[in-house]
Formats: sequence, structure tokens, C-alpha cells
Amino acid sequence: MTINEKQDEIISEFEFLEDWLDKYQQIIDKSQSGEKMPEEEKIPENLIEGCQSKVWVTAQYKDGLVYYHGESNTDIAGGIVVMLVEILSGHTPEEILDSELYFIDRIGLKEHLSPTRSNGMLAMIKQMRLYAMALKAKENEK
Amino acid sequence: MGLDVNSIRKDFPILEKKIYGKQLVYLDNAATTQKPSCVVEKICEGYYSCNANIHRGVHFLSQHATEAHEAARENVRAFINAPSNKEIIFTRGTTEAINLVASSFGDSQCEEGDEIIVSQMEHHSNIVPWQLLRSRKGIVLKVIPFDENGELQLEKLDSLITNRTKLISVTHVSNTLATINPVKEIIKKAHEHNIPVLVDGAQSIPHLKVDVQDLDADFFVFSGHKVYGPTGIGVLYGKEKWLELIPPYQGGGEMIQKVTFEKTTFNELPFKFEAGTPDYIGSTALSTALDYVTALGMDNIAQHESELLEYAREQMAKIEGMRFIGNVSHRGGLVSFLVGDIHPYDMGSILDKLGIAVRTGHHCAEPVMQAFGIEGTVRASFALYNTKEEIDILVAGIERARKMFHH
Repeated sequence: MTINEKQDEIISEFEFLEDWLDKYQQIIDKSQSGEKMPEEEKIPENLIEGCQSKVWVTAQYKDGLVYYHGESNTDIAGGIVVMLVEILSGHTPEEILDSELYFIDRIGLKEHLSPTRSNGMLAMIKQMRLYAMALKAKENEK
Repeated sequence: MGLDVNSIRKDFPILEKKIYGKQLVYLDNAATTQKPSCVVEKICEGYYSCNANIHRGVHFLSQHATEAHEAARENVRAFINAPSNKEIIFTRGTTEAINLVASSFGDSQCEEGDEIIVSQMEHHSNIVPWQLLRSRKGIVLKVIPFDENGELQLEKLDSLITNRTKLISVTHVSNTLATINPVKEIIKKAHEHNIPVLVDGAQSIPHLKVDVQDLDADFFVFSGHKVYGPTGIGVLYGKEKWLELIPPYQGGGEMIQKVTFEKTTFNELPFKFEAGTPDYIGSTALSTALDYVTALGMDNIAQHESELLEYAREQMAKIEGMRFIGNVSHRGGLVSFLVGDIHPYDMGSILDKLGIAVRTGHHCAEPVMQAFGIEGTVRASFALYNTKEEIDILVAGIERARKMFHH
């Protein structure tokens, strides 16, 4: 699936959830059922620190594709990072860097994109793109 | 006589607001209180009909504004029962008032190796100014610890006091644990050693009747916005002997008597500490807020808030996994809690979507969180306009969130 196909799939999951709490329930469930990161990877180097929540993200490069792992100590930031990982994992650095993450707005999470928002979704996206850029640069050196 | 909360709520139009389609339940009063119409109207009236820079203006409006500002000072004096108007300094708030003392008192009275004592439950604004003083002067910062319930271990104070102790600076009411500290006792003990005491009254001023002479506090500081007044105005009360002794904080207009390039002489108290154009609109609106709470009666307010608190703790205790942070009996009107291992940020976000405003996080008191080994708490804090029905909504909201997180 392309990045946009995956975004569309998430949008369709949220489409019929009109109540805010139902949307949050969906996010919480994503966090709680998401793949857990090994404890040894929850280190300061992998930390994206928001004011109130902690998010750890790692990236691996395999056969030209980037694979992310992410987890948070809160379920709301955790659900968001799980969705980002789901959408961006398994793509080339170019695809990741060129992607436009429109699902955030469409599922009604735009408020989480504010730079002052304490779970720092913008910071997560920025870090994931930086990983892609760094992995691409490393690949070019070879 | 109790408070007629239904009629009081009509004075606070913001309480009618809908949040995400739900009725606002405002329980973040320890961060800031809402303002009654009379305070907002006073601000408007100030700008619409009596705005002119105060002091030394010969024209009518300036004199009118000056009188209003000085009448506000007198009102603040009466509210905390200070002996003299000279001892009431308007600041931007509690934080600026503590910084003023840390700077003017600290720099002039402390030498390297001298000691300042604070408590383990201070807000950052009563820690960081002293750490800055430590960097400037090499003072030593000592800490009175609290026990597992959140009670200060006063018996340890004796061993902390030495002949190098210059000041004790403690909070009257903890913004996180709700503990009402025995500041009168602390002051008495400190005075036996001739040590002055600063009391941070940010959380006590809206909840308790404060009498600085009865406490015998050397400095007492508070913010207007926590007692139904505007933001950006606060008060430093200082005993005249200390305010006379210590140098000005900031330089500028208002605080001078005569300026030449060779020498400047400073104005008398309280103006010596009020450089620049004072917030005379803020001071008069604060005065209106103090009139408002005085008319309701501080004792009635305290009574109402303790009833709310008792009811809240009783109802909240029924929630599975409920853990209260701070379990003292003598407490202010707030409750800090955690449910199971639900992160406070998650809990606060769900309550927000239900229209319930609470605070989450470390509440600018990280050492308190460190003592309990937690990252933060959820804090519900009550004011004179809150009701038991609102607590029922809070309790139902917490229950709902608990289920959402599968606890």
C-alpha cells in the first residue's frame, strides 16, 4: 500500500466516529494494541520530549526501505505515534520526505499539530522525516 | 450563613460557556480563577473613563487615577491587615514579588555561605529565584522535607537553622498537595533566631482569611488573578523595617526622588519599589475583586470550599484505582490524584473533551513529583462558584476515562 492508501484507510476508520470520545477511544486502542518497543530502546537518544508526554521513535533501514518503531508513555500520544509508524513504515526515504500527511486534519486531530501542543505531533513527524533523510544520506555515501 | 452559589454563578458569565458542546466545568482554579463581572467592568471603566498616567499629573484625570490606585493600595492593606500602606508594593504577581525579595534582600543581605531555607513543596517560583541568588552570591539553599502524607517535617527545621540562615521562604498552601502549612509556627521559630520569613500566599489568599500581623510575616506575596482579580497584578507585603533596609529592585521613573548624572536619590516607600508606570488599571480591578470576596465573607468561602473538597474526596475515593497525592487533614481546596496507571495527560485530555477543565502535569513543583516518584498528577481545584453537581460530573468523567483506558 502507498502512504496515501494507508492514510485513506485510517481516515475511513475514523469517518463514522462523530463523538470526540469515540475518536479518542480509537486512538487509545491503537496505542494499547500497538507493538511495544524493547525497553533498551527507550533511551534519551530516541526520545521526543513533549511537555507532558514522552515519545520514543527509532528507525531501521532495510533494502532501501525505512521501518519505524514508536511508543509513548501516554496512550493519546501513543496512538498518534502508532498511526504515524503504520503509515510511514516500509517506504523509501524519498516517499517519506515527499509525503503529505493529510490524515491528521481529516480525522480531526489538527489541534495536535499546534507547536505548543504538549504531545508534540509536529515534533514526531519532524523526527521521523529526519531519520529518513539521515538514512538516505548514509545510503548515498556507500 | 453559607454562599448562595446559584446567584454567585450569575456574576461569572464564562461559567455559561459550552466546551465541545458540553457545559464547562471549571476546576482549574488553583492556576487562575474566573473573574466576576464587576472586576471586568472595573477594567473597562478604568480605560473608558479614568485612564491617565498616575502620580505627579496636575490634570484632573491623572489625579483621579492616582487616587484610585492609592485607594486600591489601602484596600489591599486592609484585606491582609498590614499596618501601613507603605508596606504594600504592587508587583506583576507572586513570581515577581519573590524575585524582588531574592534580588533586593538576597543581594544586599547575603554573603557567600549564607543560607536560605525553603520547603520541599515549593512552586518553582519559590525555588528558582533562590537558585539564581545562589549563582550570584554563593548562598546555600536548604530544604525542609515533607512526609508521605505531604506534611512538613517541622521537627527538622531546628537542625536546618544555623547562624548563617538569612531567610526562610515557604508556601502557605501547597499548590499540589493542598497542605496548609503552619506558617505562624514557622515564623515564631524563625524569629527566635532573628530570621525573617517570606510567605508565598499565592494559594492561600483566595481560600483563607490572611492577617499578616497575626502571622507576623516579614514578607507576604500573592497574585491578583488567583483571587478573582486580573492577571499581571500582584502584591508584595513587607515589614517597613525590611523594605527600608533593602535597595530598590528596578530603576526608572516613579521610584526616584531626584536624578542627576552624578547621583540619584530614591523615592520613599512604597514607590521605591515601583519603577515605571504602575498597573493602575490592574490595581483598581484587584481592589474590586477583594471587595467582592470580602462581601461574600472569607469565612463563608473557606467553608464552602472545604465542603466541596470533602465531598469530592468522598466521591472520588469510590473510583477503582484512585490514589490521592497528599493526604493531610488541614488542607486547601484542591485534590491531586492518579487513577491506576493512567497517565495524567491522558486523563486530562479525556476530561477536557467532557468539558471539564483540570490541570495535569507537575504543577511547577517538580521536587514534589520526585518525592512521590511520579511524573505528574491530575489536579482539580475548587473556587467559590463550584458546586457539588460539578463534582458529580467530574467523578462521572473520571469513571468514563478509566473505562476508556481499560482499567
